[in-house]
Amino acid sequence: MIQRYSQPGKNGHFGTFGGQYAPETLMPALRELEQAYREVKRDPAFRRELNELLSEYVGRETPLYHAARLSERLGGAKIYLKREDLCHTGAHKINNTVGQVLLAKHMGKKRVIAETGAGQHGVATATVAAMLGIECEVYMGTEDMERQALNVYRMRLLGSKCTGVHYGSRTLKDAISEAMRDWTTNVRTTHYVLGSVLGCHPYPMIVRDFQSVIGKEARRQILKAEGRLPDLLIACVGGGSNAIGLFHAFIKDAGVDMLGVEAGGYGVESGKHAARFAGGTLGVLQGTLTYLLQDDHGQINLTHSVSAGLDYAAVGPEHAFLREQGRARYTSINDDEAMEAFDTLARVEGIIPALESAHAVAQVIKEAPRMGRDKVLICNLSGRGDKDVYQVARMRGLELD
Amino acid sequence: MTHRIDTAFRTARKAGRKVLIPYVMAGDPDLDTTLRLIPELEKAGADVIELGIPFSDPIADGPVILRAAMRALVHDTSLTDVLGAVKKIRAVSQVPLVFMSYYNPIYHYGVEAFARDAVTAGVDGVIIPDLPPEEGHDLIVAARKEKLATIFLLAPTSDDARIRKVTQTATGFIYYVSITGITGAALTDMGDVGARIGDIRKKTGKPIAVGFGISTPEQARAIGRMADGVIVGSALVKHIEANLEADRDTLVNAATAFVAGLRQGLDG
Repeated sequence: MIQRYSQPGKNGHFGTFGGQYAPETLMPALRELEQAYREVKRDPAFRRELNELLSEYVGRETPLYHAARLSERLGGAKIYLKREDLCHTGAHKINNTVGQVLLAKHMGKKRVIAETGAGQHGVATATVAAMLGIECEVYMGTEDMERQALNVYRMRLLGSKCTGVHYGSRTLKDAISEAMRDWTTNVRTTHYVLGSVLGCHPYPMIVRDFQSVIGKEARRQILKAEGRLPDLLIACVGGGSNAIGLFHAFIKDAGVDMLGVEAGGYGVESGKHAARFAGGTLGVLQGTLTYLLQDDHGQINLTHSVSAGLDYAAVGPEHAFLREQGRARYTSINDDEAMEAFDTLARVEGIIPALESAHAVAQVIKEAPRMGRDKVLICNLSGRGDKDVYQVARMRGLELD
Repeated sequence: MTHRIDTAFRTARKAGRKVLIPYVMAGDPDLDTTLRLIPELEKAGADVIELGIPFSDPIADGPVILRAAMRALVHDTSLTDVLGAVKKIRAVSQVPLVFMSYYNPIYHYGVEAFARDAVTAGVDGVIIPDLPPEEGHDLIVAARKEKLATIFLLAPTSDDARIRKVTQTATGFIYYVSITGITGAALTDMGDVGARIGDIRKKTGKPIAVGFGISTPEQARAIGRMADGVIVGSALVKHIEANLEADRDTLVNAATAFVAGLRQGLDG
């Protein structure tokens, strides 16, 4: 079991995963970013400013809610939901954007850019950029812009530019590539606010650290509520920032089992999914070495999930490491199971979860009944489902317009 | 093999001329066309040819090369296919060939197998835009063993420490990226390129070739006054793209005429 945990190690590797597979043009900027980050991390003034924003602007701490009816219905473990859906803008994404945009400001950058899939990270970046008075441009695949028109308009309302990417699969993967191209071109004046624990070092570390507030709070809250640590943590994993955010504070707690949930799409056997651990192999994509969905020649496969936020071909390198170490387990939930959990949580607890988070809830529905009533689990409810209501209605043949 | 590249730079230096390195994407629009293009580009004055390996997610490339990659991937042009094509090229041409590939197709192939098979096929060197020396250990070891040149890049943002690291690690030549940006962007500041090449020359006697953003014979000539070699990619690929609907003779002639013009500009 892990006694000490000091990842990433040299050159940003988590064991053999991660690293800096970056164009030369970006290498100096990545080092500058790492240095600036290590400085502000120790700077009490920066920490005070960040904590104040997290509390007064984001609305932290978020509740750790005992889902009594859901627990009762499932008849097993006592279920707690970490309510990241109650953060400003409706998801955990803003924990990271507050940190990174503040960091960008300290570095003297005049402009921030971001990629977005479902639009949550784009909105969270645009929101903080507006609040701190920094110019912001968000790249989004044109396919996603159609699916998530509401979030495109939200970004524009917030004063950001939302630029469509019409190459490749026209989704998150292509938005990341385009953001990297912009950063390569404007690296001297611009900070790239990457939205998950992906990309070149130091991003997986920085995003993890800014998201680790989730687990720090949850650990304190569960000790207060139950007088003990939980038996199991469950979170959905796209890139994996909400999951690592919850897991990180518990890594050294040997008795706490950790379970990440990937998007199974139409089922891993169908080939149309985003379950990188179940169906993937090692490779390098967009700056990092990790598990990928790729073909026999190393070309990146198209992925599928009902949830845009989980619909990506690579998983964060630290998750690959935690899995290799046997410290965390990973599984997948199919589209239809996630849709069912979406309904269940709405009806039983009065909470409409994001489709991403519904994958974690679906896993809770599987796990809780197998656990004794004396067991405790925490599920990260990473976002709220308002953004998905139109899509869900459409999938069920209803037009709300 | 490294020595074909070394010979190209040495021969050019003795003759008082600069090395011209055109880039084409393998499989754009198909591998048969690539097979026809390479000997013709050599006749038109190419000293070394850079052959792009298509990849689904080319983060360092602008729209022109990106579209070329997508065209090549329409019929699944793979690294294995391109190695097969190189074998055929070697029956008719000894022009030094350098692969420009993102790391994942090579990593997936296996770096040792790649270095061995590349050299066996007749590849002379490799440029990997998303593999800095820091992550390149396995590839460098495999390439040294097979005498495959590992060409690393330097950029306007590279500081002295990085210049030292890259110039020590690179074999074949140093690839200087003339602009802070992606392939095919406009090159505007010739003065800066000159100053940076000067900085690099202080650290190494290895040949320096400059690429990204060079699109005309005049620019090639201006760069040729400062560097040992000139790399032209997007501007050449545009000529291929403009002739996709025409017959293959027209396409090959257009590309060849453009490279001949660059040669004249460079020698003039």
